[in-house]
Order: sequence, then C-alpha cells, then structure tokens
Amino acid sequence: MAQRVIQIDPITRLEGHGKISIFLDAAGDVERAVFQVPELRGFEQFCVGRPAEEMPQITSRICGVCPTAHHIAATKALDDLYGVEPPPAAKAIRELVYSTFVLEDHFLHFFFLGGPDFVVGPQAPAAERNILGVIGKVGLEITGRLIGLRRRCRTVIERVAGKPIHPVCGLPGGVAKALTEDDRAAIAAVADEAVAFAQFALGVFDDLVLGNKTYADLIASDAFRHETYSMGLVDARGRVNFYDGEVRVVDPAGNRFCQFAARDYARHIAEHVEPWTYVKFSYLREKGWHGFVDGPDSGVYRVAPLARLNVADGMATPLAQAACEKMYQRLGGKPAHHTLAFHWARLIEALYAAERMQELARAPELTSPKVRELPTRTPVEGVGIVEAPRGTLIHHYRTDPNGVLTEVNLIVATQNNAAAICMSVEKAARSLIRRGEVSEGLLNMVEMAFRGYDPCLACATHSFPGTVQPLIDILDADGRLLRTLGRE
Amino acid sequence: MGKPKVAFYWCSSCGGCEEAVIDLAEDVLKVVEAVDIVFWPAALDFKYEHVRALGDGELAVTFLNGAVRTAEQEELARLLRRKSALLVAYGACAYMGGIPALANLTSRAAILETAYRKGPTVVNPRGTVPLETCTDDGRTLRLPRFDETVRSLDQVVPVDYVVPGCAPPPDLTLQAVLAVVQGTLPPRGSVLAPDKALCGTCPRKDSKPDDLRLDAIRRIHEVIVEPDRCFLAAGVLCLGPGTRAGCGERCIRGHMPCTGCFGPTSGVLDHGAKLLSAVAAMFGSNDPAEIDALAAAVPDPAGTFYRYGLSRSLLRGRI
Amino acid sequence: MNGFEPRVVAFLCNWCSYSAADAAGSARKPHPPNVTVIRLMCSGRMDPQLVLQAFAAGADGVLVLGCHPGDCHYREGNYKARRRHALLGRLLRQLGIPPNRLVLDWVGATESDKFVEVTTRMVEDLRALGPLRGNGPGAQGVA
Ligand code: SF4
Ligand code: SF4
Ligand code: SF4
Ligand code: FES
Repeated sequence: MAQRVIQIDPITRLEGHGKISIFLDAAGDVERAVFQVPELRGFEQFCVGRPAEEMPQITSRICGVCPTAHHIAATKALDDLYGVEPPPAAKAIRELVYSTFVLEDHFLHFFFLGGPDFVVGPQAPAAERNILGVIGKVGLEITGRLIGLRRRCRTVIERVAGKPIHPVCGLPGGVAKALTEDDRAAIAAVADEAVAFAQFALGVFDDLVLGNKTYADLIASDAFRHETYSMGLVDARGRVNFYDGEVRVVDPAGNRFCQFAARDYARHIAEHVEPWTYVKFSYLREKGWHGFVDGPDSGVYRVAPLARLNVADGMATPLAQAACEKMYQRLGGKPAHHTLAFHWARLIEALYAAERMQELARAPELTSPKVRELPTRTPVEGVGIVEAPRGTLIHHYRTDPNGVLTEVNLIVATQNNAAAICMSVEKAARSLIRRGEVSEGLLNMVEMAFRGYDPCLACATHSFPGTVQPLIDILDADGRLLRTLGRE
Repeated sequence: MGKPKVAFYWCSSCGGCEEAVIDLAEDVLKVVEAVDIVFWPAALDFKYEHVRALGDGELAVTFLNGAVRTAEQEELARLLRRKSALLVAYGACAYMGGIPALANLTSRAAILETAYRKGPTVVNPRGTVPLETCTDDGRTLRLPRFDETVRSLDQVVPVDYVVPGCAPPPDLTLQAVLAVVQGTLPPRGSVLAPDKALCGTCPRKDSKPDDLRLDAIRRIHEVIVEPDRCFLAAGVLCLGPGTRAGCGERCIRGHMPCTGCFGPTSGVLDHGAKLLSAVAAMFGSNDPAEIDALAAAVPDPAGTFYRYGLSRSLLRGRI
Repeated sequence: MNGFEPRVVAFLCNWCSYSAADAAGSARKPHPPNVTVIRLMCSGRMDPQLVLQAFAAGADGVLVLGCHPGDCHYREGNYKARRRHALLGRLLRQLGIPPNRLVLDWVGATESDKFVEVTTRMVEDLRALGPLRGNGPGAQGVA
C-alpha cells in the first residue's frame, strides 16, 4: 500500500527534537497523527536515592521555563511527606512567588512564543513572527514596559526565593527566608504595575485579535475545537487556584465529573504508553484509554488556562472574574472547547495572578518571622499538586524512614495535554489535507493548533524544553524524503 | 566590517540557560548593539540551515548550553564548533553535565523500566516501552538513539571558555559577551568567573571558624539556621568552601546553602572528590564508630558532591 | 576468573608502611607483583581525587596504608585518612565500586609481614571479585 507519511519535526527550534508524523491513507486523506517526543532524561529513576528535601531544587531542572512550578509542587509533596503544615506566612510567600512566576511566564508565552502568531499575524513572514515583530506592532514603549515588568518580577522572585531560574526557597513545612517590610513595599509596587499591564495586555488582545474578523473566526472555527474533559485545581469555593486546592474534572458538557485531593490522584489519572514516543499520555482512569478521540466516552482530558477556567466556578479576583465572564459570553458559554482560546484564558489568568500578587503583598501575615515548622514525623509518602502555567503538575514521592527517595512519580502539565495535542494536530491536518494534496498553509494551522497549549517538551518527557516549531518532511511509503515544507 | 556574529544554542538543556539570556532584560540592547545575534532559538527564528551555510569560524562565538546525550546533539556540537572561532560552554550542564547527569548513576534500561512499566499511574499490560524503530500497523516510526551516559560539552568537542552556573547569572553573561567584543578575554580554557572560593565572598563568612569541626551533620529541613550564621558552622553541608565564587551568593542570600552549581576553582581535578575530602576532613572525631556515623549522616554523597558535575568527574558515573 | 590479574594501586605512608614494604622487599618476602606503590608523606595526604584517578586509570582496587592510630608523624594525618575513607567508601559504593575495592589499613614500619599479608589478601579478594570495569551499569543491581 502506497502510504504516505508526513513528518513534522517540531523540535524546539532545533531540528530533531520532537516531531509529528501524519499518516495518510491510500486515498491521501489523514488517517492518524502522532506527536513524537524523542528523549527522556529519567528524573523518576535518577531521583531515587536522593534525599527528599533536595527535590525542590533537583526537579526544577526538569524545566528552566517553569522551574518554580516544579519547585513548589515538590515542596508541597514534602509537606505531605512529613505531615507538616507550613505557617501562614510561608503559605503566603510561596503563593506570592508562585503568582509572580505564573504572571511572567504567561507574558513570556504571549509576547515571545505563542502570541506573535496573533499579534503579528498567522500569515506574517516567519522572520517577523517573533518578539521583534511584536515590538514592531505594539511599539518600543510598550515593549520597554513589558521587559521592565518582567525583569522586576524576576527580581521579586530572586528577593524571595534566591534565584529566578531554579529557586531555592522551598522546604518541608515552610520556606527558607522570611520577608521584611521593605520586601513588602517593593513587591507591592511590582504587583500594582503587573495589574495595570495585565489589563493592558487584555486590551491588546481585544484590539488586535478579537477586533480582527479573520482571527476571531479562526478561534471559533471547528478545525480548532475538541470536546474533551477539562481538569484543574480549584480552591474551597470552587475558584481557579494555582497553588492549592482540589483537582476538579468536568465533562465535555461542563458537568462535574469528579473532584479529588492530591493524595487520590492515582485513582483518577492513568498513563498510556506508546512505543513511538517518550511522552506518556495521561487519561481519566475511570473512562479508560480509547485512543486519540474526544467526546464524553473518551478518557482524554485537557489542562492549562482554558481547562482551568472551564472547571472553576469563577475567578477569585474581581477584574479577572469580569474578564472571564466576558470571554465565555463571547465564546458562547461554558465550557469552551476552542483550542485557540487558551491564549485568551492565559491572559485572564495573568490578570488573576497579578491581582493575587496584590492581595498577598497586602496580607498582614506576609512579613511574620515564623516561616517554618520543623518536620517531626517519619516520612513515608507524599503528593504535591500545583497548577503549572501549562497545566496540572503532580509530584509523588515515597521514601525510606530516613527520607531517602525510593520511588518517584511525576505527572507533568504537557503530558496531560499530549493526547489532545495529537488530536488537534490531526484535526487541523484533516481540514487541510485532502487526497494527498498538502498545502503550505498546513504549516501555520498545525503550528497554531498546538501553540495554544504552550506545550513544553522539557516537561513532557522531563527532557526538552521549548515551544514547538514545525518543519514538515513529506516522505513516501518507503521513507524517502519527497520534499520539505519550511516556514519560509 | 560587520559586527561580530554571536550564537546562543542548546543541547540537552532544561531551557533555564536560555531564560538566563532573556534575563539580561534591558541589557540585551547592549548586546545587540555590540554584536549580531544570528542564532537564538528561545527568541528568534533562525534555522539549522543558516548555521550550515556559514563559513567555518564565521561565528565569533557560540554560547552552547546543555549537556550531550543524543547523536543529534553531538552532531550539532560538532557543527557549531566548526563554525565558531570560540566555543563557550554556557551553564553547568555544558560545563559539567549538570543535574541531568545524575542519570549517570543509573542506566538507560532502568530509566525506561521505571518510567514506562513501574509507575503507579502507568497502565501498560503489554509492557510497551518506546523503541528506536517501531512498526505500528505497517507504519514505521523512529526515535533517535540516545547514549547510555550524559556527557559535558568538552567531552565531545574542544571548548574555549566556560560560563558557569545553573543558570549563569546575567552579569557574568554580559561580561562574557563584552569580553569577546572588546578582546579582553583571559587565556583560553578559562572559566569566566572569579577564581576563588565562594566562602571568600559569602555574607556569612564571619561566622565560619577557621578550624571548623563537624560534630554532627544536619539536614537542611531539620534545623533553622540563623540568618547570618555560616551553614557549615551550624552542621549543614554547604559547598561554599570548594565552589567557585561569582554567583552573587544567590542561594545563601535566599537562606539556603550552596549546592555547588558554579563548579570548582581552577586546578581541581575532580570537584566532588575535592568537596568530599574537605567535608570529611572536618569530621570532629577520631573514633571509627563516630566517624562512620558522621559519614552515614550524608545520605547521598554522590548526589551531594556531584550535584552538577557527574559527567566531569573522573569516573563520569556508575561503572 | 581464569587468568585475571587484578591491578592494585597502593598509597603508602613514607614513615611506616613504605618502610615495611621496603623491608619486605629486601628480605625477599614474597608479595604480589600486581601492586603499584605510590609513596605519600602521610596517609593524611591521601587525596580522594587520587583514588578516583587510580580507578579511572584502570585499577581494580586501591589500598591506603598508614601508621597505626596515635603513631602518625603529623599527629592527625591517619585520622584524616580514616574520615575520608569512611565518606569516600560510601560515595564509591554509589558509583558501583564495592567497599572491598578501597581498603584502608595500618602497617607500622616494622610490620613487613603484615604488609605482605594485607597486599596478598587484597589481591586475592580482587581476583575473586573480578575486574572492576566490564561489569557494566546495572550489573551489580541498581543502588
Ligand atoms: S545549567 Fe541549569 S539552567 Fe542551564 S540547562 Fe542545565 S539545568 Fe538548565
Ligand atoms: S560554608 Fe557556606 S555559609 Fe559558610 S562561609 Fe562558606 S559559603 Fe558561607
Ligand atoms: S550559592 Fe552555590 S549553588 Fe547557589 S548559585 Fe551560587 S554557586 Fe550556585
Ligand atoms: S605519617 Fe604515617 S600516616 Fe601520617
């Protein structure tokens, strides 16, 4: 059978690291798409034998783009492992660092990585579809504000957690360093600036994206829709929370499917293994693995900004809540399944993170000197969950009585979305590839199909980082290269 | 004469070293003024072909981060070596293997087994593991081969300079770029950071006794060390005595001990062995049983003393 | 292990064990030829870096011999050796090198018989253990 294979080498802007293969049937229509990630580094294995208290710093090296997410998830797993409750100041400090991180990470994605597709335009030449193009579009002054804000956010993290890349604050039962009133004042100033900029960023999205009919239609189009389950953390009142809470899952119609505490994650989440990729595919255990399909009978679910908003009853801060209501109104109700609306939800979350920073900067307990509770219990097992910018992140440890790790399980954000990413790519490809005719436009569409997820391959396999940058090779059935579609 | 061409690139990296360049923030403009960045995957969209098209040595300098694990990374390192007049190992992974090199304590087979067959959430009745080549319904799919061990960059190609750190701090990064432009680089082979131990610049150094004796070793989660007290003096392992200065004592200022990401000062053959030697010599006992107890209080010597440098150790990992 | 001849690097303190080795040599007491002797001024100078270098260079075992406790010419040197040995041994185990490949012992200047005995025993032990390299990762189980 003369089957053709189209290979997309997405690779994190470096050929050969992560690729997508699209299989055509005899008629030349898309039969299947697979999202391949070609390396793993084996953190689950090589963390065994390490002292558990080192995990916040070791696992942050899974990914330098979201080190704070791993750091805090690991720290929370240690709280659980040692059965120790951090003092209020420690919780406030952790959540403050975390909110600051989510904010700057979301902006990084919107302005540097995913956003250029929209801000500069999906059809813009590749050479302009980057931060420089964004600068050209929004102007130097705004860019200066963005870069300055981002730097000040990083300084806040450094002040509180030692280092912005690979922070060092997390300990079981607390954080390493207490904050002073000077710290509070500096942080509060950055928080105010962040709220203003996050509102501004949503305005940019309104003007440049929603105000442009082509883009708006693209967001609403069926090629970029998948009706899946959604997963995310919610606080005690059911609102979006990045740092703590219970994991809630809603079905494609928006009905509550389940809600569980960190400790119970393995009863609800399972992982499927394919021989052709190093990424594992998470799915809902109760629903089972039925392949790369959406709908209420499939165990496939999605995480990250839009999914978090889908599961929650609302946002915990007023400005973000208003922005959230507006989004659902525009998208035709909740839950929304538009893959490209992840970008929108991301900016709403950035606003929430900024407002949360503001709240925490005002919290009286923030500067209490008591930031640690010393563990006393003999460790056995602990689970920690946070919402990473790219979705639900789970760290699960078992140790010997000396606190040395004997077993480590990590479920990372992008892996939760891995099946959906495959499906999104497949769907975008289907809408473009008919009877073996491959259009150059496929590239942009496919690219945008997974850009929305802000996939992080570093996290997905605890290996390579970055957003996905496709290069498409078209091969014949014997694997011979017919031609390559580049971005130029 | 155009401006010198500079590339930032990555191998097996967590991406933190790329973020470290982004963290130059406004100073990026200084860099852009002085050099032509022709290649920077985290932010700009240049392609592999662009590098191939360059003449040999045409890049004034390449800052390469990440360790080397796959055949493709090795090929890339060789290509960039050829195209660059100077090659800088940027960050702990390129310099010494980094934290991912802890994988050298285990094996590729064990890694696969744990990730795909043993995990509590894995449902894998047929014991499937990813394969270099697999046939799926008549469809052939390939994954690149990766090596049994993680290597540092200089174990693959000659390296001219090192910028240490996990990740390197912005000021050292900026200085390194400017040194290339201004021709003020030290002799080849140098690490572009001060050649003295961290204790010398540490804000807590005044509380570190000259003849420090460790009567007990405590783990960081078991004690609260006062904000100005030397960690070692409090019995908590801090690798400042054998680690190169220049990071701005970032961990210490975050109230945590140094874990050694800057690597050794010059002339050290094996960072981990050197650190181990310094720590053991401080054990405050001559009694064999007490000595054994102190040694046992370091639950993970390999992971402690080679946190960032197993590739570069004399043994490179488990043998 | 047919035909396998282990290679041992022995770090000997100049003041005691080296004299003992010397005496054993002059007295033509038979001791194994597989031992490469490196003289140190004191066992306290035994640098873990050197031990690793010996293993990296292909040694199947490393022997460190110093003066008996209390007899060190530099007072504390052999205690330092003992402390380093304790911690280094644990590190080596993680690197796949079991404790009997790094042996620390005390041999006084007059104890040429003990020198012969210690070296002979070490070589025999190593012969039984087999070569260090070639066991391969995982061959000894995962730590
Ligand atoms: S040195 Fe550190 S920051 Fe750089 S790639 Fe390695 S782990 Fe990441
Ligand atoms: S041992 Fe650590 S805390 Fe003490 S002076 Fe040195 S660097 Fe500072
Ligand atoms: S204190 Fe040590 S571990 Fe921390 S950044 Fe500096 S050199 Fe690296
Ligand atoms: S002089 Fe012999 S061990 Fe110190």
